[in-house]
Amino acid sequence: MSFHNVFAVLMKFDVVIVGAGLAGMRAAIAIAEKNSRVSIAIIAKTYPIRCHSVCAEGGTAAVLDENDSFDLHAWDTIKGSDFLADQDAVEFFVRECPKEILTLDAWGCPWSRTPDGRIAQRPFGGHSFNRTVFAMDRTGFHEVHTLYERMLMFPNIERFNEFFLTNLIVEDNTVKGVTAIDLKTGELVLFEAKAVILATGGAGRIYGFTTYSHTVTGDGMAVAYRCGVPLKDMEFFQFHPTGLVPSGILMTEACRGEGGYLLNKNGERFMKKYAPERMELAPRDVVARAMWREIIEGRGLEGDYGPYIALDLTHLGEEKIEERLPLIRETAMKFAGIDPVEEPIPVKPVAHYTMGGIHTNVNCETPIKGLFACGEVACISIHGANRLGSNSTAECLVFGRVAGERALEYVLKRDFKSVSRKEFEREESRIFDELLGRSGDESPYAIKRELNETMDKNLWIFREEKGMKEAVKKIRELKERYKNVEIVDKHRGFNTDLIQTLEIGYMLDLAEVVAICALLRKESRGAHYRLDYPKRDDENWLKHSLAYKTADGVKVDYLPVTITKWKPTERRY
Amino acid sequence: MRFKIRRFDGERSYWQEFDVPVKRGMTVLEALYYIKENLDPTLSFRASCRMGVCGSCAVRINGKPRLACETQVSKLKEPVKIEPLKNFNVIRDLVTDFEGFFKKHEIVKPYLIRKSEGEIRQTPEQLKRYYIYTLCIKCGACMSACPVAKNCLGPMPVVSAYRFNEDSRDEGKEERLKILSDHIWHCHFVAECSEVCPKDLNPAEVIQKLRLEVLKFSMRW
Ligand SMILES: Cc1cc2nc3c(=O)[nH]c(=O)nc-3n(C[C@H](O)[C@H](O)[C@H](O)COP(=O)(O)OP(=O)(O)OC[C@H]3O[C@@H](n4cnc5c(N)ncnc54)[C@H](O)[C@@H]3O)c2cc1C
Ligand code: FES
Repeated sequence: MSFHNVFAVLMKFDVVIVGAGLAGMRAAIAIAEKNSRVSIAIIAKTYPIRCHSVCAEGGTAAVLDENDSFDLHAWDTIKGSDFLADQDAVEFFVRECPKEILTLDAWGCPWSRTPDGRIAQRPFGGHSFNRTVFAMDRTGFHEVHTLYERMLMFPNIERFNEFFLTNLIVEDNTVKGVTAIDLKTGELVLFEAKAVILATGGAGRIYGFTTYSHTVTGDGMAVAYRCGVPLKDMEFFQFHPTGLVPSGILMTEACRGEGGYLLNKNGERFMKKYAPERMELAPRDVVARAMWREIIEGRGLEGDYGPYIALDLTHLGEEKIEERLPLIRETAMKFAGIDPVEEPIPVKPVAHYTMGGIHTNVNCETPIKGLFACGEVACISIHGANRLGSNSTAECLVFGRVAGERALEYVLKRDFKSVSRKEFEREESRIFDELLGRSGDESPYAIKRELNETMDKNLWIFREEKGMKEAVKKIRELKERYKNVEIVDKHRGFNTDLIQTLEIGYMLDLAEVVAICALLRKESRGAHYRLDYPKRDDENWLKHSLAYKTADGVKVDYLPVTITKWKPTERRY
Repeated sequence: MRFKIRRFDGERSYWQEFDVPVKRGMTVLEALYYIKENLDPTLSFRASCRMGVCGSCAVRINGKPRLACETQVSKLKEPVKIEPLKNFNVIRDLVTDFEGFFKKHEIVKPYLIRKSEGEIRQTPEQLKRYYIYTLCIKCGACMSACPVAKNCLGPMPVVSAYRFNEDSRDEGKEERLKILSDHIWHCHFVAECSEVCPKDLNPAEVIQKLRLEVLKFSMRW
């Protein structure tokens, strides 16, 4: 079968946004609100309301109460980050969060309320004030729907649903377009653009036991990386303490915020040994490590799927559970056959958040001109070595807007640069001839399985040199084998075999970066915990990793952390 | 366990059977992934969240539209028959065309219309009036079950309109009722939509209520 007779479909937009999650949609609206003549395309591999952000349950952080303060929110965030966050970015971020909450209120987000009609807030791990705004335990879902609905009001936002980004087109360090597969027809489409905003989300599916949606495969990160953009702090992956066994579905931190206990097999609230003050509400990395320790040291409960920890809500009573955590109850019943009103939920730590990402500054600019990134795909960095719960949806809103506004400023002063037929055909040939057209004897799914196993084993909560070296070796072997994969499905229309194979290719690149950055960082900080270097080492490692793709493989550089007024101290809870 | 899946490759449609080793707690979505990754990589279906919130994975399971990710395999009669949703054009296998569905949604102005500015208050009671209708995940199950959806808006957009109409912050009710007045008379009240909704919404009842309101308002127009 020949694919050469396919016509290039050409689209031209001032701004192309890739990704229609919280960050991407917020960016689109920010542009359209300010300027109704700028043309905006928002392309995403899922329909907007099917993005991963709908899974966010717990809430969004913002200083709304007069007894709370920006400095306190900033300090919590910086301390939580184990001092790897850039403090100027954090200071900016916390000041912008409240505006976003009120904006979403005016756009229809069904925030949960206090009896007198104000926006309610609740406690959340690592925050020393009740500052998490929420919409029942479906916060992300409601935020996404609110933004989607709002987006419909703007005629200059054109949506391209189910278009899969394959590449950026860059010339003289300036972006001039993107290519994407229209899933329905299977054709490659060229979008010329003055500016491109990447908002494609995290990379969680490089792990096997994970809270992430199936579609979170790090595509935008990998594409940018392949185009020469460095990835920052990729060794930092957050593990959430409470993934439902066996599916990995998240049991939100709100379970503990609302008063739930973590118990080992002796029925003991073991957090008192690890974080006597904050107990179950200590930051995630602290809780996750405590749980893993309990499990390794034989104090987990035994179940069909191996050892686990009990998340006990029974003492909260049916009424409170129904009122505050209805989704959790429903999920536990549907996916584990357990009613949390009656018995504890089996949980264990689970891969949950990608702190690292595309290197940007506080204006969401990447080193490539015209290329912006926001949301989980980006690393600004406000999360440093460990993100606090409810700071990432807030980040998507705040920096989605920033990315939109900056991209708008940028395109007003620019012209299009045309993409040549040759550049387009090169991409077409890469995908359809070299990948789809190829025959081989490797199954992409077997490669993915092995990748997941390696990551879950060697780049998990406790890391050490030997395991990480093994992982690097294994990932390189898998990359070699990937060159020999065969895509069995040769159809063009809705070819998910092709799409998933592309995703697996992206994940292999990212996993390699994670493993190498982790291996090089000889200290423990935030979510990156090394048994062989159990202490934080500010003298040598108070710096960001920047991973570049080069002809000889991954090259890692370092960048100083911006400290404004908070000197690093020991992080104790 | 035996699965019978309705396939369509763009030209031909046919049934194909697969045997899937079933584990405790396995969902239909996991069975579909098992087939794709181990038996036939050409099988196409949609999924994302695997936790019942993104609305990607609705298919007909033994005739009834349901979310594949929320359906426990062990509760199903064998062979498990899986087909694409009805009232949608099939693109490939279990993947149907949702463009028209989302266009219908847009017709009812499904967004908060508000000209007032300043601080907003909404009491928990006011929130409760519409909250349940915000839970629609737009999976298409109701449209698949509806006997008249092909010729009218179908249940989903109507629920959306009602959700905003009942929101104390909204000021667009009348606009929406005007739009609805052209669209809500096809329904026969078979209430299949309410029967199949995975989020337990009751579109049939909403349609009833809106008809009354449209009548009430139209006296004023
Ligand atoms: C279970 C769970 C619960 C969470 N709860 C909370 C919480 O309570 N509070 C909080 O602050 N954070 C929470 N988070 C984190 C938060 O949800 C995410 O960080 C955030 O939603 C990411 O949003 P995003 O817009 O960056 O990306 P996403 O929502 O992942 O959107 C990515 C978009 O990019 C598109 N895309 C991806 N690849 C491609 C491609 N190749 N081509 C085209 N389009 C592409 C997708 O289709 C999608 O539209 C949670 C995360 C998980 C896993
Ligand atoms: S996969 Fe999201 S609802 Fe089933």
